[in-house]
Amino acid sequence: MELLLSGASASLPRSRWLLLHATAVFAFLYLPIAVLIVYSFNGEGVGGFPPRHLTLDWYRVLFADSAIWDSVLNSLQVAFAAMAISLALGIPAALALDRAQFPGKALFRRLVLLPLILPGIITGLSLLMLFNVSGTKLGLMTIVLGHGTALISVATTEVFAGLQKLDRRQEEASLDLGANYWQTFWRITIPNLKLSIIGAALLIFTLSMDEIAVSFFLIGRDNTLPLEIWGRLRRGITPEINAVSTIIFVFSLLTIVLWYRLRARADSGLDGE
Amino acid sequence: MTTTDIAAVALTAIAGAPTLLSIRNVAKTFGRNVVLRDVSLNIAEGEFLTILGESGSGKTTLLRIIAGFETATSGEVWMGSERLDNQPPYRRRVNTVFQSYALFPHLTVEQNVAYGLRVAKRPEAEIAQRVAEALDKVKMSAHAKSKPSKISGGQQQRVALARALVNRPKLLLLDEPLSALDANLRRQMQVELKSLQREVGIAFVFVTHDQEEATVMSDRIALLRSGELEQVTTPREIYSRPATAYVAQFIGHTNLLRGEARDGLVKCGALSWAATLPDGPVLFSLRPEHIRVAGGTPSTGAVRIEGSVVHQAFHGATELMRVECSGGLVLTVRTNVVSPMGSRVALEFAATDAVPVHESPERR
Amino acid sequence: MFSRAYRLVVTVPPLLWISVFLLLPYLLMFCYSFWSVSSAQTIVHAWNLDNYKELALKTVYWQTLLRSIWIAARVMLFSLLLGYPLAYFLSFYAGKRKDLLYQLVIIPLWVSYLVRAYAWKTILGSDGVLNTLLQFAHLTKHPLDFLLYSPFAVVLTLTHIYTPFTILPIYAALEHIPRNLVEASHDLGATPAQTFWKVIFPLSIPGVFAGATFAFVLSLGDFLAPLLLGGPSGIMISNIVVSLFGAAYNWPLGAAISLCMLVLVVSLLFFSERLEKKWSFS
Repeated sequence: MELLLSGASASLPRSRWLLLHATAVFAFLYLPIAVLIVYSFNGEGVGGFPPRHLTLDWYRVLFADSAIWDSVLNSLQVAFAAMAISLALGIPAALALDRAQFPGKALFRRLVLLPLILPGIITGLSLLMLFNVSGTKLGLMTIVLGHGTALISVATTEVFAGLQKLDRRQEEASLDLGANYWQTFWRITIPNLKLSIIGAALLIFTLSMDEIAVSFFLIGRDNTLPLEIWGRLRRGITPEINAVSTIIFVFSLLTIVLWYRLRARADSGLDGE
Repeated sequence: MTTTDIAAVALTAIAGAPTLLSIRNVAKTFGRNVVLRDVSLNIAEGEFLTILGESGSGKTTLLRIIAGFETATSGEVWMGSERLDNQPPYRRRVNTVFQSYALFPHLTVEQNVAYGLRVAKRPEAEIAQRVAEALDKVKMSAHAKSKPSKISGGQQQRVALARALVNRPKLLLLDEPLSALDANLRRQMQVELKSLQREVGIAFVFVTHDQEEATVMSDRIALLRSGELEQVTTPREIYSRPATAYVAQFIGHTNLLRGEARDGLVKCGALSWAATLPDGPVLFSLRPEHIRVAGGTPSTGAVRIEGSVVHQAFHGATELMRVECSGGLVLTVRTNVVSPMGSRVALEFAATDAVPVHESPERR
Repeated sequence: MFSRAYRLVVTVPPLLWISVFLLLPYLLMFCYSFWSVSSAQTIVHAWNLDNYKELALKTVYWQTLLRSIWIAARVMLFSLLLGYPLAYFLSFYAGKRKDLLYQLVIIPLWVSYLVRAYAWKTILGSDGVLNTLLQFAHLTKHPLDFLLYSPFAVVLTLTHIYTPFTILPIYAALEHIPRNLVEASHDLGATPAQTFWKVIFPLSIPGVFAGATFAFVLSLGDFLAPLLLGGPSGIMISNIVVSLFGAAYNWPLGAAISLCMLVLVVSLLFFSERLEKKWSFS
């Protein structure tokens, strides 16, 4: 307890209750996942207490499951494609919001950010109706379009934050020294946004891999990983799902920590020398 | 009353005034950074004391220790007969005016000023009366219902002052409150603050890096360097009798003359004069205004040297001139006589105006 | 500084995409809601208000909507109760560990929704970890039924998922508060508790609104948790929509409900934003 509170402002006395509450909430957030991971090694399958017969069997079953791997491949394809679309549209959107003045800018901003806060069902269903009317067949492509659209908001938010930290004077100096807008964009703006863009890419990738609400309505014959898992869940629980969930957790963990480090570097790199 | 009179009165008043705050051997370290090393200082009731120092000297840290936002690594702070530094800030009869004013943005000017009284659960009628009085004193009554974001920096500063003073603290701490103001407003506020302090009679401890500000406002100056006090005395004393070379250079302009004393004679490069000093190396502080541009014939009893003007700076009432003399000695001279660049001039000063000072010890 | 060409290049592509893939779909949804479905399971493009009449008159929709709102409200409340003190702790008490703890808060946020909902499903079941643990510890004799396939399970799971969502904006708002305001408050005689209620909390209100809105809106429109854990008593409004687009095949009716949800959510967002602005003092 001492270590945790030693860095606090000297004027705030230590609070035992706050620390207790914080610990309890962290426990609430992590215990279910911990249980999931532990039971992925449980010989007797899901449920029952305490776990017995620790084994790697479920992982073995998982690795032999070709349907899962197919869906992983699908998810990866979708994620990369969605990443490309979101960035290609999100970066200009961020630039527009940061720099350009045009009528309806406030509306534009709200529209871009809307899918972030809207329940996935609305985004998914509205796109479904679009594809229905236009006669587009449902499949990975429609999922890509769904993810791409929904995740533009993530790209925009990340890049916008990066633009806020960008020193406008660097670009002014570049223009002053003779470079035109395009050259300045590629030589100054983009390199400074590098960390934000990579961070956005990581985030979009992870979110796309995990996405289920929008994908639910746009699915065709091929499943993404979350939808594959969902299908299995409807049929019954197997500990194999614990195993794949554990792996998903580990990957998400690594990705997010990486994203956070990049963000921190972006913050300090631009503030410091 | 002239400034001299006021200072004299203040000095006598303080000389007899009881000690309000006693800082005893306070030291503060942040990690491996030693910010304050053994600082001892007594603050008298009703005095205006300025803690003066460069950035990094520890002056703000010292102030924060008095306020209670930092705890000293060693040493004690006493107020009267009670130990102060083991109490949290909200129990000390000390109030602070912050550098960035720290006005509560969600409260009006009036509510900001009333804050301390509300927290102390004073009756509403009393609060209303005291707040009105305080706002009147800082001339902000017209803005009582405004929010801080709607008033200027100078106005915010007054509100911060009112907010602190309305609680009638035993001691008011001011952390570089004028540094964000432009020069003219600053000068105006210096005068206002000084008269306000005399009016309320509360001891003010003022922190600044601006030596001119310190000399204008204070009854006493405590010059802090690298966590230790160089000199604590009145502005007049600190100017005319600096204790060390650092003090001499920090306050106003000076010429530092390095030389050797032997058998009652001092030799500083091409200069020499009689002075009763023990043999050995000596260091003098000679203020530019004590050096005159002399006529053709040397005056009796004055130390004389000749040189050519290498730099001139117009300072309004006077010129600050740099004269390169024989032996490479460059003297800064304050004069009304405008001499053209490169011209040869003769300079004179009285030997008694060269004040011996100690070398400043190396720190860190 | 930015030429017209530059501005066109950065605004037109996103605007175009959003028009096609965001606005147009909403428009279509609007249109669909006025159509109907024939007995042959095809969509009839005849404009009418039947769907809305159906929604207004049949109590099942109102009941489900109310239940959904009640569930969403509880999720919002619990997320705030759990999240605010943690955000406060993180911002003011965490000191050197602040960075690490912040990461610990955002990690669950990005771990798959499905994974987390599934975790609760395995924990809450009658053969699940919690029940067997309770029986193992001789605290209960029989499995507790209400744990799973109930509104309780939905509220619990959604709270678990959306608490980090509420922590983030509150934390951001708290971080925004200049620390010298806290010092000034102490300086003026207020204890830490008084300082919290008089200075810190009022200044954090925009963050609270943002977090509450997140939790409420996203819970309201959720259909996955009810499907996994809700059972018959835990059905929410989105589940009705899902079935209308699935087995119950009535796209127009589903579109009508979705449109109502969209309008409701957008109104809430608008309202919340107004409140945030009103309580924002920087």
